Amino acid sequence: MFEILSSFEIALGLITHADAELWGIVWLSIELSVVAAVIGGAMGLPLGAIVGIARFPGRRALIVVLNAMLGLPSVVVGLVFYLLLSRAGPLGEWGLLFTPKAIVIAQAALVVPIVAALTRQVIEDAWAEYAEQMRSLGVGTARAVRTLLWDTRFTLFTVGLAGFGRAASEVGAVMVVGGNIDGVTRVMTTAIALETSKGDLPLALGLGVILIGIVLAVNAAAYGIREWSARRHG
Amino acid sequence: MADGAPLLEARGLTVVLGGVRALDGLDLALAPGLRTIVLGANGAGKSVLLRTLHGLVAPTAGEIRWHGNGRRARQAMVFQRPVMLRRSALANVEYALAVAGVPRPVRESRARDALGRVGLSAVAGRSARVLSGGEQQRLALARAWALEPEILFLDEPTASLDPGAAAEVERVVAAIAAAGTRIVMTTHNLGQARRLADEIVFLHAGRATEQTAADRFFEHPLSPEAEQYLKGELPWK
Repeated sequence: MFEILSSFEIALGLITHADAELWGIVWLSIELSVVAAVIGGAMGLPLGAIVGIARFPGRRALIVVLNAMLGLPSVVVGLVFYLLLSRAGPLGEWGLLFTPKAIVIAQAALVVPIVAALTRQVIEDAWAEYAEQMRSLGVGTARAVRTLLWDTRFTLFTVGLAGFGRAASEVGAVMVVGGNIDGVTRVMTTAIALETSKGDLPLALGLGVILIGIVLAVNAAAYGIREWSARRHG
Repeated sequence: MADGAPLLEARGLTVVLGGVRALDGLDLALAPGLRTIVLGANGAGKSVLLRTLHGLVAPTAGEIRWHGNGRRARQAMVFQRPVMLRRSALANVEYALAVAGVPRPVRESRARDALGRVGLSAVAGRSARVLSGGEQQRLALARAWALEPEILFLDEPTASLDPGAAAEVERVVAAIAAAGTRIVMTTHNLGQARRLADEIVFLHAGRATEQTAADRFFEHPLSPEAEQYLKGELPWK
């Protein structure tokens, strides 16, 4: 018990005294997760919106696949991208394996399904309310998608935050394609796993506290945005 | 329009929804310029008729002819529960104008003019969804009016409004009609029907059993179903 408390005290010291190693890992994690969330959002938002509105053969199967991908084992995603990006793989000549870009690709691949599935639900609910009025006005599918994306923007922003949370808390795929290289591809989650296995609890605890803080901040922001939007726009 | 041709003519209009014949071989002709109120008990097919004429529901059988020559009239529809986009009242009207292809430079002035005509100039910048029910319905009317429709379908536009808000909506509907738009409206409010109608179309079991001048309908309804309805004795069907 004393060892845990002592480690926690040292961890707080690392945070408050701006430990270079700790904060280097934190900033890299945030940077990569933001980029992955933006890329995943840019792909997942329109995909989810189109599936939410359009009616086409195979739509239901696609919805099932999207929902199933929410539970995709991240380490399997990491394995797939490892095979694609390894020297012998089809994308090996790009030389991306064990680089931050490989981490972003794997994280984005995990963000797309969660953003697409949540977006589909948001847009489908909005469409159920708007469809008759839109058709009455003569709104085409492309404009309807744009309109619904704009009208649900605050809810969708929270979807984007959920995507960021997914990327930031990812460990399996990031470990496989990033390699957890010190100063290059070592992010919060992989660092926590490594430092814990080495017995360096203060750094692991410090990173854990910051990671939890980020997740809390993201959720608080999402809640605040929803509340403000409801008051402002009804 | 062809000489003497009605604005709209429906023949043998049949709509089957979920195995139920909502409209059953309905015949109807609407001359230009009048205010038509569609009456009938719940389930008679009033809302389905308006949606079918407006093109939101495809008829299972029968045909709808416009102007005697097939050119669809410019039209708009206002629903019982207005659907407002999450943007300002002004932007909601501008949106409808944009969809209709109205050039951007004239959209705002046309939208502001429409808002002024329904008494909503003061709330033009407010979010549409936080307006009261009566204001939202008048905004829906402004959105429709701004499109300058030849015919306006109104599906129980005052059903969920208090008497004061309903009176405001009636005033706007009368103004739209006076400006030259053909009105086709459903309601369960007989007082409102008396105030607004030039003619009554009475529906029963998906058929138009009566189409006659409003005064005559309320004094001497021709069909036994209409007589029962006016007495409040027509059972739901």
